[in-house]
Formats: sequence, C-alpha cells, structure tokens
Amino acid sequence: MRSFTYERARTPAEAAASAMRKPDAKFIAGGTNLLDLMKLEIETPAHLIDVNGLALDKIEPTQEGGLRIGALVRNTDLAADTRVRRDYGVLSRALLAGASGQLRNMATTAGNLLQRTRCPYFYDTNQSCNKRKPGSGCAAIGGFSRQHAVVGASEACIATHPSDMAVAMRALDATVETVRPDGATRTIPIAEFYRLPGDTPHIETTLMPGDLITAVTLPKPVGGKQIYRKVRDRASYAFALVSVAAIVQRDGTGRVALGGVAHKPWRVEAAEAQMPNGAKAVAARLLADARPTRENAFKLALAERTLGAVLAEAKG
Amino acid sequence: MKSPSDFELSRRKLLAGSAASIALTAAPSIVNAQVPAVEAAVADVSAEWKVSFTVNGTARGLTLDPRTTLLDSLREHLHLTGTKKGCDHGQCGACTVIVGGRRINSCMTLAVMHEGERITTVEGLGTPENMHPMQAAFVKHDGYQCGYCTPGQICSAVAVLDEIKAGIPSHVSADLNAPPQLSNSELRERMSGNICRCGAYSNIAEAISEVAGRPA
Repeated sequence: MRSFTYERARTPAEAAASAMRKPDAKFIAGGTNLLDLMKLEIETPAHLIDVNGLALDKIEPTQEGGLRIGALVRNTDLAADTRVRRDYGVLSRALLAGASGQLRNMATTAGNLLQRTRCPYFYDTNQSCNKRKPGSGCAAIGGFSRQHAVVGASEACIATHPSDMAVAMRALDATVETVRPDGATRTIPIAEFYRLPGDTPHIETTLMPGDLITAVTLPKPVGGKQIYRKVRDRASYAFALVSVAAIVQRDGTGRVALGGVAHKPWRVEAAEAQMPNGAKAVAARLLADARPTRENAFKLALAERTLGAVLAEAKG
Repeated sequence: MKSPSDFELSRRKLLAGSAASIALTAAPSIVNAQVPAVEAAVADVSAEWKVSFTVNGTARGLTLDPRTTLLDSLREHLHLTGTKKGCDHGQCGACTVIVGGRRINSCMTLAVMHEGERITTVEGLGTPENMHPMQAAFVKHDGYQCGYCTPGQICSAVAVLDEIKAGIPSHVSADLNAPPQLSNSELRERMSGNICRCGAYSNIAEAISEVAGRPA
C-alpha cells in the first residue's frame, strides 16, 4: 500500500473542503472496497479523510413520508431497520443478498453506491484497463467475459456495477444528497447518478471533485410485492450474474431493475409498460440494445427467466 | 529477530531524524528557535498516528503508520496472533474479530479508524483452561482440521448468535418481518463469510447449533 496522510473530519463541509484542497484525497468510511484496492495499488490516494465521525448514521422519516438514510448507515443496519423491512422490502433483500455478514457490518450506504467494479481485468494490474488506467485499452473485450456487461457497454469498457443495493435503490427511485466543498448541497436522482462507460469508464458517477454523499433519500413507500432475486455461481457471498429488483402491484403493473448486466443498475421505464404482458415482453424491451459477447450471451436468457420467476412469485 | 514492523519503525525514526538535521543545517543562525521547527519537521515526515482502543478488556495505546490494518496492529504490534491473516482482502474471514459487539474483517479496516472502540479477539473469548462455550463446542464436534480459519469461525459464530437474537434478518429468512429462526440454513448463510479450506463445514454447523441450543 502506498503511504498517505490521514485525517478525521469533523463536519461534512469540512470533509468536502479538505477533499477539494488535497490532491488525490479519498473519503474512507467502511473501507471494505477502498482498502482492498489500495493494497493492490489500484487506488493510490495521497490523503485519506476518515468520515466515520460525521454522525451521518441515522435513518429518519422525511416530510414527504419517505426515509432519509444517512451516508454512514451500515448495510446491516439498513437491511434490519423495521421501516425498511416493512415498506422497502426490495432494499432489505438486496442488501442481505450482498457480501458477507462481516462486510455488511462495516460497509456503508454511500460506500456501497461508490464501490468499484469487480472486473478481474480491473483488478489485475498486469492487464490493460481503461477504467484503471485511461487509454490503456480493455483486456476484458476478447478476454474471459462471462461476468461482464451485456447492455450499455462501450468499446472502452464492458465492466458491470457490482452493487445489489443500488439496483434496489434504482427501482425505488432514491435520490442521493451531497455536500459541496463550499457547503452547498445537491440532490441527484439515482437515475442520473451513474454514468455509462462511453470513452471515459474511469468516471463512474456524476459526483464532482470534493462532493461528499451525506444521505440517500427514499420516496414515500409505493407498496406492492417487493422481490430481489439474485442469480450467482454460489448460493451465498458472490456477485450477481444477473439480479432482478422488482416492485409488482396487484394489477400486474410495477417496476423492475436489473443488476449484473451493465455499468449501472439497469432500468428502462418504457419496458415496465410491458409488465402485465409477462417477462418475455419486459426483457425484450429492457435488453433491446444488448450486445453480449459469446461468453456472456447466456445472461439474456437468464435475465428473462429470472424476471419470469420473479413475476410468477409476485402473482403467487 | 526483529519483526518487519520494528524495522519500519526504526527506519521511520531515522527518516524523521534526518529531516530534523536538515532543518538544523538550513537555519544555523537561529539555534534557539530550532525546537518548534524540529518538531514540525518530525510531525510532517513521520506521519504516524496515535490510537487507543480496548482489546479484550485491556486499554492499549499504539503509535502507528496509518496504513496499519486493525489485523496487523493486533498481530504485529500487540502480538495477539490468535487472529489470522488469510487472504488479507476481506474474502476468507480468518481475520474476523468483534468490534463494539459486531463481527468485522480486521484486514479491511485501518487501526486508526477504531479510536476508543472495544475489540474482542479469540484470545478474549476464553482460555485453554476456561473456554468459551463456542470454543468448547468446536473441540467437541471437531469443527476444524488445520485450525487456521478457526479463530475467525469462532468469533463469527459468537456474533452470529447475537445477530439472530437481535432479530437481524438474513438472505434465507422467509419472512423479513418475523424473528429469524435458528435453522441450519440460517446458520450456514450467516457463516458464508468464513471459508474453511479443509471443508469442516458440517462439524462447524453442528458446533454452532449446539451452542444455539438446537439439534443440527
């Protein structure tokens, strides 16, 4: 691990200002992904700003009838919160499907959103990777691409976003709240939070330098049957090949978002109009622009079948 | 033999010392004003942090390179070698310790991030003469072969039973809004972050089940 200087921030604005002032600074909260990447020298921050003391660890009701989840709320606490379990079941389920008990005890809400891809070529510093080293090429294209993106990818990058939580947040229309170095705040709908790789896959979100996530807000509960179905190589403690977050109302309408298939949680609102017509129709619209590799083409059929299983479960 | 961390500490002191002498040579005419300047130079170069936490009921204070993980601080600095380093990347669970009542991977967190916290390692659960019930159950059910993952398995298992007691649901809980069951599938799901390369899983599950007070 490269050496770095360390500080404990006292207020969100102070943390953001410090990040703006110090070149190559990073915030650290749970550390479960950042330290992993620092040990491999994929991330090499010169300065770490420890935000664990910022008291952003509460889940509070909003005036609109939703919930405001502090950036530092640990994954375990968010999944176990009685309001989340009751009103946002898809979020609890997505969180519990991710990582291990130990990691969920450490990982935070904001950190989960910002975790980096687990593309093995991103992780292997001997390989070319436009995300790790812009302009170096993408070894995953033409490489072992079974786990990679089937939709929304580019000539520069076919990595997937690894988060389960973010897929549920996308289905729930969450918004991300940030504070800027000058103390100003911003709210970013999750639909506008993640970027597709394009020719700048190293820029993954619409956050600006120094922006610190302070909370994620959920709108008023929408009810319905909420399901998160994750298909992976092991029954536990593995990243998704394909996952489906679904909210299905009694009349068969609702929302779906996919994980494991793109550089961001994949939701196409127009596809949701097809929900009463069944999984095939929804998947056809959701994945209309898919360009899989020979190795990951199975994800198209898998997504459709997983969606089918979820819609059947919602009916039953 | 000196441990690598001892070496690093002495190397750092040496670097800090050289920086101080550079400061002295740079301003020879104001010798009396040197003391604060030397201190500033030392603080800048050494970049070490003081951290205090309680480990197994004893208050400990350390001065560390901020890169030191909680795991390395326990093993290399406090010489509590019960906690094991397996993958060092949060994947195997051998480094599991209990911090503030919660199990975490001590390899994936920095020691300086735990100021004032209460840490329990396998050494704090029991002793060979007075074992924790979970340790006794692992012995009774042969919950290991090589034993390398065992301290992490035991710390994790102790915390898992507390998590179930606290009503924290899991991926296999059928009803999110009902208290979780102490079933074999619940215990296995919750223990999935602790890998046993020898494959002693069925005996581990039996040991935990016995402590939980249910047949495996």
